[in-house]
Amino acid sequence: MEPRTLFTELSYIVASVLFILGLRGLSHPESARRGMHLAEIGMLLAIIGTLVNREIVSYEWILAGLVIGCAIGLPMGLMVPMTAMPQRTALSHAFGALAASLVGISEYYLHGAALGPIKMPALSFEVLLGSLTTTGSLIACAKLQGVLPGAPLTYKGQNVFNLSLLGITVICFVLLLIFPGHAEVFYLMLFLSFVFGVLLVLPIGAADMPVVIALLNSYAGLAAAATGMVIGNNVLIIAGMLDGGSGFILSIVMCKAMNRSITNVLFGAFGSVSETAAAGTGEMHETNIEDVAILLAYARQAVFVPGYGMATAQAQHVLRQLADALEARGVTVKYAIHPVAGRMPGHMNVLLAEANVPYSQLQELDIINPEFPATDVAVVIGANDVVNPDARDNPKSIIAGMPILEVDRAKTVVVLKRGQGKGFSGLVNPLFFKPNCEMLYGDAKESLTNLVQAVHGA
Amino acid sequence: MQPEILLATFYVLILAAFLGYQVISRVPSLLHTPLMSATNAISGISLVGSLVTAGAHQTMVSSILGLCAVICSTTNVVSGFILTDRMLKMFKRRVAPPSKEEK
Repeated sequence: MEPRTLFTELSYIVASVLFILGLRGLSHPESARRGMHLAEIGMLLAIIGTLVNREIVSYEWILAGLVIGCAIGLPMGLMVPMTAMPQRTALSHAFGALAASLVGISEYYLHGAALGPIKMPALSFEVLLGSLTTTGSLIACAKLQGVLPGAPLTYKGQNVFNLSLLGITVICFVLLLIFPGHAEVFYLMLFLSFVFGVLLVLPIGAADMPVVIALLNSYAGLAAAATGMVIGNNVLIIAGMLDGGSGFILSIVMCKAMNRSITNVLFGAFGSVSETAAAGTGEMHETNIEDVAILLAYARQAVFVPGYGMATAQAQHVLRQLADALEARGVTVKYAIHPVAGRMPGHMNVLLAEANVPYSQLQELDIINPEFPATDVAVVIGANDVVNPDARDNPKSIIAGMPILEVDRAKTVVVLKRGQGKGFSGLVNPLFFKPNCEMLYGDAKESLTNLVQAVHGA
Repeated sequence: MQPEILLATFYVLILAAFLGYQVISRVPSLLHTPLMSATNAISGISLVGSLVTAGAHQTMVSSILGLCAVICSTTNVVSGFILTDRMLKMFKRRVAPPSKEEK
């Protein structure tokens, strides 16, 4: 073995180990940063190891690519606000999948039928998955950014059409295995995969994005792993499988948190449903800043329940100020985080961490739920479905069985809401009609700002 | 590709999947967003494949495809690692007492 090749292979082995150690570091916030530094070193090693590869004869293209990539990546990494994390994550899935797809296309373009019966399935798989993930992620990104309407885009016979399109794509895949030399089949499959990616994500509502993002994450990783099989590169297989596995685990976690199956998310077009199994009855009680401030100021324990509304209003910092003011008065403050609150896994945690909330105050579902009966005030900030008691009480509800934050068991619930309209899913939330629930209408940030002042005055 | 090599590749694939499952199921939901951006950055390792495609200089088409792939993966690696670090920096166990200057 040539010393150069040996160096390349060694760098890949070390990189793989460092990646695994890096992800292991993420099992605790204290060790996470150190872990990621290890992964960064691994990445650098693998790149250096590749650059000495003897297959590489010219460096102009590489240099140009690295420079342009850094020129896009640096500002993106430094400037993207935390509230935009969901769309930036979707965008990076698109980039990752596109890279895998492009390498696959190039391999096919160069070698065609000569790839042989073992590489060909991996390559087709890579290109198929990579392409559909690229366009699918771009659509997800556009929906999250608000370029496309967040509501599901549906039409009659959509599922039939999408499934037949997928069917044709799979037929192309099979045909390619039998006749690998037919380039037109390859390019047809490529085209259909791109189209299918768009059609797959269009009917999915913005509230289901946590699952979709996790799923696309998984696809992007699997496409990368398939690339590794095609070009016979183990570090790519390992990193790709880690990414794919992580996305897969996250999608399962998200689906469990909504009590739905992945198929239901993909083909159910949730949010377009207008049925209301048990509409809430009675009146909503509107309250005002002063009353809520008094309620909070003299509470023993207050629990904040943030949702996507907090993210859109960018209210995390002023929420922290309110919590500070309350804690200064001796109120115990906690935050209840639902796994699907927000638009991506862990979205709320990051926003609150940005506002300097210590992570020990961020409580998960099963920890905080038993505490609600002993909570004086639960404040719901721009969350709706995750606190809908129908999920627990009404077996006919479309969200029946979804684990919820049981804020209705608190002595008083205050719901900060923009207006009287329904939540994103179009479901009526019976919580709002309960006698212990009070509504505080208005922009979340504004209401919280006023509350901070009122609490100081109380 | 030799059957033995294929078998070895499969070994790597399956073991990596298994290991990934073990490691990642231990990540608390608190860190799921950083996890996503971290795995994203790590899977930017497809950069090594892109580098070879771009640098092997076999045809113009493959070089251009390679160039685009290098741009995509570099963007992911760079922005992914920076963002992950930015996020992880924010997770603190306890905060310093709030400054009194506002009062």
